[in-house]
Amino acid sequence: MYSKKFERFILGVCTRCLTSAVNGTTTSARTAVSWTSVRKHHKQFLERRSQNGFAVVRIRHASKTTVDPNEVKRFRLLATKWWNEQGDFAALHSMNDLRVPFIRDNLLNAHGGRQPGKPLAGLRILDVGCGGGLLTEPLGRLGADVLGIDPVADSIGTAEVHAWHDPDLRGNVRYRAITLEELSEKGGKGAGQFDAVVASEVVEHLADLETFTLCCNQVLKPGGSLFITTINKTQLSYALAIVAAEEVLRIVPSGTHDWDKFVSPVDLERLLESNGFHVESIRGMLYNPLSRAWSWTETTSINYALHAVKLEEEPNPDEDDPEDPTVIVAQAKARRWYN
Amino acid sequence: MHSLTKTALSFNGIGRRCVALNRFSETRIICRGLTCTAEHGEHEHELYDVIISGGGMVGTAMACSLGLDPNLEGKKILLLEAGNKKVMDKVPDAYSTRVSSISPGSATLLSGVGAWDHIMNMRCKPYQKMQVWDACSDALITFDKENLQDEMAYIVENNIIVAALTKQLENLSDQVRVQYKSKVVKYTWPKSHQVADAIPWVQVTLANGQILQTKLLIGADGPNSMVRREAGIPTVTWNYDQSAVVAVLHLSELSDTESSLVWSTSHRHAEELLQLDEESFVDSINTAFWSNENHSELVETAGSLFRTALSVLMPSAGSARQLPPSVAGIGPKSRIMFPLGMGHASEYIRHRVALIGDAAHRVHPLAGQGANLGFGDVACLTQLLSQAAFNGKDLGAMQHLLEYETERQRHNLPMMAAIDLMKRLYSTNAAPMVVLRTFGLQATNTLPAMKAQIMAFASK
Repeated sequence: MYSKKFERFILGVCTRCLTSAVNGTTTSARTAVSWTSVRKHHKQFLERRSQNGFAVVRIRHASKTTVDPNEVKRFRLLATKWWNEQGDFAALHSMNDLRVPFIRDNLLNAHGGRQPGKPLAGLRILDVGCGGGLLTEPLGRLGADVLGIDPVADSIGTAEVHAWHDPDLRGNVRYRAITLEELSEKGGKGAGQFDAVVASEVVEHLADLETFTLCCNQVLKPGGSLFITTINKTQLSYALAIVAAEEVLRIVPSGTHDWDKFVSPVDLERLLESNGFHVESIRGMLYNPLSRAWSWTETTSINYALHAVKLEEEPNPDEDDPEDPTVIVAQAKARRWYN
Repeated sequence: MHSLTKTALSFNGIGRRCVALNRFSETRIICRGLTCTAEHGEHEHELYDVIISGGGMVGTAMACSLGLDPNLEGKKILLLEAGNKKVMDKVPDAYSTRVSSISPGSATLLSGVGAWDHIMNMRCKPYQKMQVWDACSDALITFDKENLQDEMAYIVENNIIVAALTKQLENLSDQVRVQYKSKVVKYTWPKSHQVADAIPWVQVTLANGQILQTKLLIGADGPNSMVRREAGIPTVTWNYDQSAVVAVLHLSELSDTESSLVWSTSHRHAEELLQLDEESFVDSINTAFWSNENHSELVETAGSLFRTALSVLMPSAGSARQLPPSVAGIGPKSRIMFPLGMGHASEYIRHRVALIGDAAHRVHPLAGQGANLGFGDVACLTQLLSQAAFNGKDLGAMQHLLEYETERQRHNLPMMAAIDLMKRLYSTNAAPMVVLRTFGLQATNTLPAMKAQIMAFASK
């Protein structure tokens, strides 16, 4: 009897150690590195490398749905922790300093300045994978009409409760617990509705990127913008984003990211360009764990942000106008491929 | 029977959608609970984006500054003042006893909000030169700009500044609301983390029972700040054993020159000064300016030796010495005294709270910097709030408030330390200290580079 209790006690201690990141802060005493999980990841990486050659380039085509059930389960457990600015999602809170200006400035370039207090007034934005609404709320405060969607219903609940208190946000920030496919297939309701789609820290959690891109294309107006921030698939990103961030420094809870699902900017650009988008800019981002702040950087080896624009409808090929910007873009794309 | 308002209808919409999903969770139940409380509770209390508590010089300047900022357009701003509205249709002939020295930096802020024009039209006096001399020796120091052309700073009466800012606020009435005769009796602070149905805003209860809510509370309510006290912010204070006596002086019977006097002295002496009749008071001022009774042989010899040495090293330095003024009479308004002390709040900010002006820092008037530090706070906080609003941030969030605190403490603490040091240095007649400060004053007087640095620091 006592041995069983002792066993349970030891098990409890072990799980508490491993899940201490969920409760504690990063600057307080660090728990011991979980070497077993690091070794497991590395073994898997080496296996994949030996099978597929050095550069693993495989866009996921696993299923026709973008939602991965394991990811849903993982985020459901964290649903109440979204708005703790010093907690598990601290890095996402401080990422707003980069991504809100990135979205705001690119949209202002495309649509021109509107009223001074509400620069994004009159624009409809879709926030895919909004979680607790960390990015949805600032965009709402800037005047945009924002719809935040997330497959995890608990996160949507947290987001709704948080936004409900602020009368500024009640009018133009809405949340729905559905997936992007469901939104884009609802007859005319989701199609061609949005000026911008934001998918921040989302594509590395998806099951099928091709479907995701097609759905984004469907819900956007022609000329609409797509903003993606995600993590590159390099050895450096493995070392920093998985080993350092999850195991050593506990910046994000362990197991949040799967290196297999990371996608490099070249692959993402190729995927988007072949699905009716034109990639306007890609910028690298860097997180400093000491100052807990993000900054723009030259290299896209770890995190990067991407801005793409949905191409206008292709005109009739018989009436090709050499001045037409879409035709010029298509020609430029073709030239790039052959050079 | 309750009539469903439009907002309540949309909550019922959210509630129905929540119920339609198959999974139950606590957050769903809370959502439905919130739809019931939506009709009563929060909608009775008006929610502002910023409430400024305290309508003095610094509070009113903050209100003007926020009201004029383009990124804060559409935000609801409220200024609460316990006293009456200060209107000044005609500038009174008699000078007021309470004046402030306004540095060029503060003048820039005031002209940015459009109040400086009103001040220039009413009454203000620029000055080009400042002379400081020691009662116990012949040492003195003179601050002036080259050729006495640029203004060093301005002397403006406090009530003129407030009246000019109030006039400017009237032009901003659609941006900024002002409530006079509103005394605050209670503040209720929000919890720092999100509890499901707790109100996340600061609640302000007025004496007339009105309850207001705000996303950011700015405390500009003076050295005995209620905001600071209620927030439990620890403050480092000490009382100098001194009071200041203020009066308006007539400098000479022949001309119309008037001047403002701030005399910092011990409490007992200050009370005596207030009891004196006009003639005796004028006599005591003249005695204080001209008397040599505190000069000692040792100090005089040491001082003149040092001055000779300095003139050998730097023969051309030093400006013309101006003799102290001679007072002929005093102005009609009675003299008043107020105690002097130093105070510094260890934190300028809390979640959804910021302190500006004397509520955050209180200094001795000897350097004429108290109002300027407050205006510096106003400029810094406005700029940070403007940037935060342009980034879609919640105005009460800690991140930009921490930046405000860091930047202002870095500027204010050295200034306050210097003023305190000056006060202690010049409060004694002991020979060693007198010799030390004599040497220091004379040496600094001959170094134009150091004087330029001091003037630049004080002008910000």
